[in-house]
Amino acid sequence: MTPTPALMSNRPTLGGGPPGGGSPLLEVRNLRVEFNTRRGTLVAIDDVSLTIAPGEVLGVVGESGAGKSLTGTAIIGLLEPPGRVAGGQVLLEGRRIDNLSFEEMRKIRGRRIGAIFQDPLTSLNPLFTVGQQLVETIQTHLPLSAADARKRAIELLGEVGISAPERRIDNFPHQFSGGMRQRVVIALALCANPQLIIADEPTTALDVSIQAQIITLMKRLCREHGTAVMLITHDMGVIAETADRVAVMYAGRIVEAAPVRALFREPMHPYTRGLLASLPGRQGERLQAIEGTVPRLGHIPAGCAFAPRCPDRFEPCDKAVPGMTQIGDLVPRGFRFEPGEHMARCYLYSPAIEPQVLAEVRREKDRR
Amino acid sequence: MALLQVRHLTKEFSRREGLFGRTTSVRAVDDVSFTIKKGETFGLVGESGSGKTTTGRCILRLIEPTSGDVIFDGKDVLKLSRGDMRRLRRDMQIVFQDPYSSLNPRMRVSDIVEEPLIIHRLGSRAERRERVRQLFELVGLNPDHLRRYPHEFSGGQRQRIGLARALALNPSLVIADEPVSALDVSVQAQVVNLLMDLQQQLKLTYLFIAHDLRLVEHICSRVAVMYLGRIVEMGETAKLFAAPQHPYTRALLSAIPVPDPDAPRRRIVLDPASFDRSAPLREVAAGHLAAV
Repeated sequence: MTPTPALMSNRPTLGGGPPGGGSPLLEVRNLRVEFNTRRGTLVAIDDVSLTIAPGEVLGVVGESGAGKSLTGTAIIGLLEPPGRVAGGQVLLEGRRIDNLSFEEMRKIRGRRIGAIFQDPLTSLNPLFTVGQQLVETIQTHLPLSAADARKRAIELLGEVGISAPERRIDNFPHQFSGGMRQRVVIALALCANPQLIIADEPTTALDVSIQAQIITLMKRLCREHGTAVMLITHDMGVIAETADRVAVMYAGRIVEAAPVRALFREPMHPYTRGLLASLPGRQGERLQAIEGTVPRLGHIPAGCAFAPRCPDRFEPCDKAVPGMTQIGDLVPRGFRFEPGEHMARCYLYSPAIEPQVLAEVRREKDRR
Repeated sequence: MALLQVRHLTKEFSRREGLFGRTTSVRAVDDVSFTIKKGETFGLVGESGSGKTTTGRCILRLIEPTSGDVIFDGKDVLKLSRGDMRRLRRDMQIVFQDPYSSLNPRMRVSDIVEEPLIIHRLGSRAERRERVRQLFELVGLNPDHLRRYPHEFSGGQRQRIGLARALALNPSLVIADEPVSALDVSVQAQVVNLLMDLQQQLKLTYLFIAHDLRLVEHICSRVAVMYLGRIVEMGETAKLFAAPQHPYTRALLSAIPVPDPDAPRRRIVLDPASFDRSAPLREVAAGHLAAV
C-alpha cells in the first residue's frame, strides 16, 4: 500500500469518500440552513459539506448549538419552520433529494434512510403495540403480507436482542425499559433495510452499561446489513469507539474532518484540540478548559466563529471565515493505513497566509 | 476527622399498584453507610435508579429517610427540630444538576444569591449586597451582571450562580448532585476546575453525586458505587478503579467509552445472577470494601 500524496484540494466536499473509491452514498454540498425570525435571518448551518460512503460510520461531533442535529434533520427533510434549507444540495446516490416533494421524501425516509433519535419515546406511538408499528412500517416500504410482515417484525426484535420477541411484539412501548425501547427504535429504523441510518444522540438518554450494549448492537447490525451511519453525538468516547471518520462542528460549520485515528492522534483545529484536552483524565490534575462559551445564534462572530475563544488566533481570524484546507498527505499512521482526508477550517493551515507569518505564529505558540 | 457519617440509611417509598391495588414498598436506599472526612471529595456513583440522588437528599432531609443515622459534625441530623435543622442547613448546601430549572426565572440573579442571607437573617442590607458582589467574583462572574435575569446567562454561568448561592452561607459541606452533567464538554471543564479551586480556597468538603465515571475518577479522592439502593463497593478512587472487586463495578467500568480509537475494549456484561445482592460489604484490601 503506497500512500498517495494528496494535493491541495479546491473541492468543497469533505472527506475522501469510500475507502475503495467509487461514489459516495450520501453527499451534502454547501448546505445552509436559516431561521427567519422577527429579528432577522439567523444562519444555523453554514456551508456544511460532507460525504458518507456505503457502509461507513461518519461521526458528527459538537456541543449544543453546533448544528449537528439540524444537519441530520435537514438531510431527511424534516426541518420544521421557521427553519429552512437556504442553500446547498443533498444527494443520495448522486440524485438530489433536497428538492423532492413531501410525498417523495416520505418514500425515501424509512425505506432508504432510517432515523434514530435520542428519546425513543418520540419515535414510538404510545397507543399502538410495537408489533403494530413495526408491521405498519414494514408494509409501507416492502411488498409483504400482514402475516409475513409480522414474521419479519419478530425476527427484527430478536435481532436487536429482545428476548421472547414472539411475546414482546404485542406489548406497548411503556412496557419496555429505556434501553429496550431504544432497541425497538433500532428495529424500526432497520426494518426496510435502509442504506443509511441517521442516529442522533442514540445513547445519550441511556445509562452507561445500556449505552455500551446499544453501541455494540448498532455496530454489529450495520456491519451485517452494510448500512452506513451518520452518528451525531457530543461524546468523544462514543465517537472513538464507533466512527470510521469524524466531522467536528462548531457554531454551524464543520471545522475539522478526518479519519477517526487521525482526529484523535493529531487533532488540527484549535477547537478539536481544546475539546479533547478538556476531557477528564488523571486524578487531581486541572482540566484544560476552553475559555468562554459557544456563541449564540445571531451572535456568531464574523470571521472564524471560534476566534474569540481560540488560544492561537492571529490577525486574519476575526476578518473572514477561513475555508476548509486539506492537511498533509495520506500517511500511514503506525501500522495502519488511513484512507480519507484530514481537513480543517483554520488559518493556521491556510495556503492564503504567508508562510513566514505562519512560521511566526507557530513559534509564538510553541513558546506558550 | 469525619465531617459526615451516614449509618444504615434506608428510604422506602410506598406505591399503590393501580387504583385499588395493594401498597408495595420499594427500597430506594437500602442500608447505606459511609463516612466523609473533612476536606475530601467523596463520590457517589451509580446509574439511574441506584439511589444516589435520594441518598444526597436524605442527608439534607429534603426527603425524610425511613431509618438510619446521619451524623454531621457531631450532631445527629435526623433528630433535630425544625429550627435546629434550619440552622444546620447553613453548613450543608446543595448544588443541583439542572442550572435551567433550579434558578427562579423571575428573580434577578443578585436576589437569588442574596436570598439565603435574608432567610437566615444575616447582615444588613448593605453588608448582604457586598457579600453578593464578593460571591460573584469568587465564582468567576462579572459583578456588573448582578441585575440580570437567569435567562441572560449561559448554562455554565448559571451553574456558577447556583454555586454562589450555595456558598453564600459559608457551608462546610456541599452536596453536588450531577453539577456538570447538563453542561457542554468545554464548559464542564471550567466548572470542574472552579469546584476544585473553591475547595482549596474555602476548605470545602464535597459529596459529589454523578453517573460520569471519568469525571468521578478525576475529582474524587474516595468513591462509593451504588447499585439498586445499596453500596456494592467503596474505597480510594485510584485503587478501586484499578482493581474493581464487585461484578457490577467491573461491568460499569468496562462500559465507559474511551476517547481513544486504539484503546483495547473488553466489555463485561453484568450477570445479575452471578452475585448475591444481599452480601454485606467486607474489607478486600486496606480501606477497600466490596459486597462480595
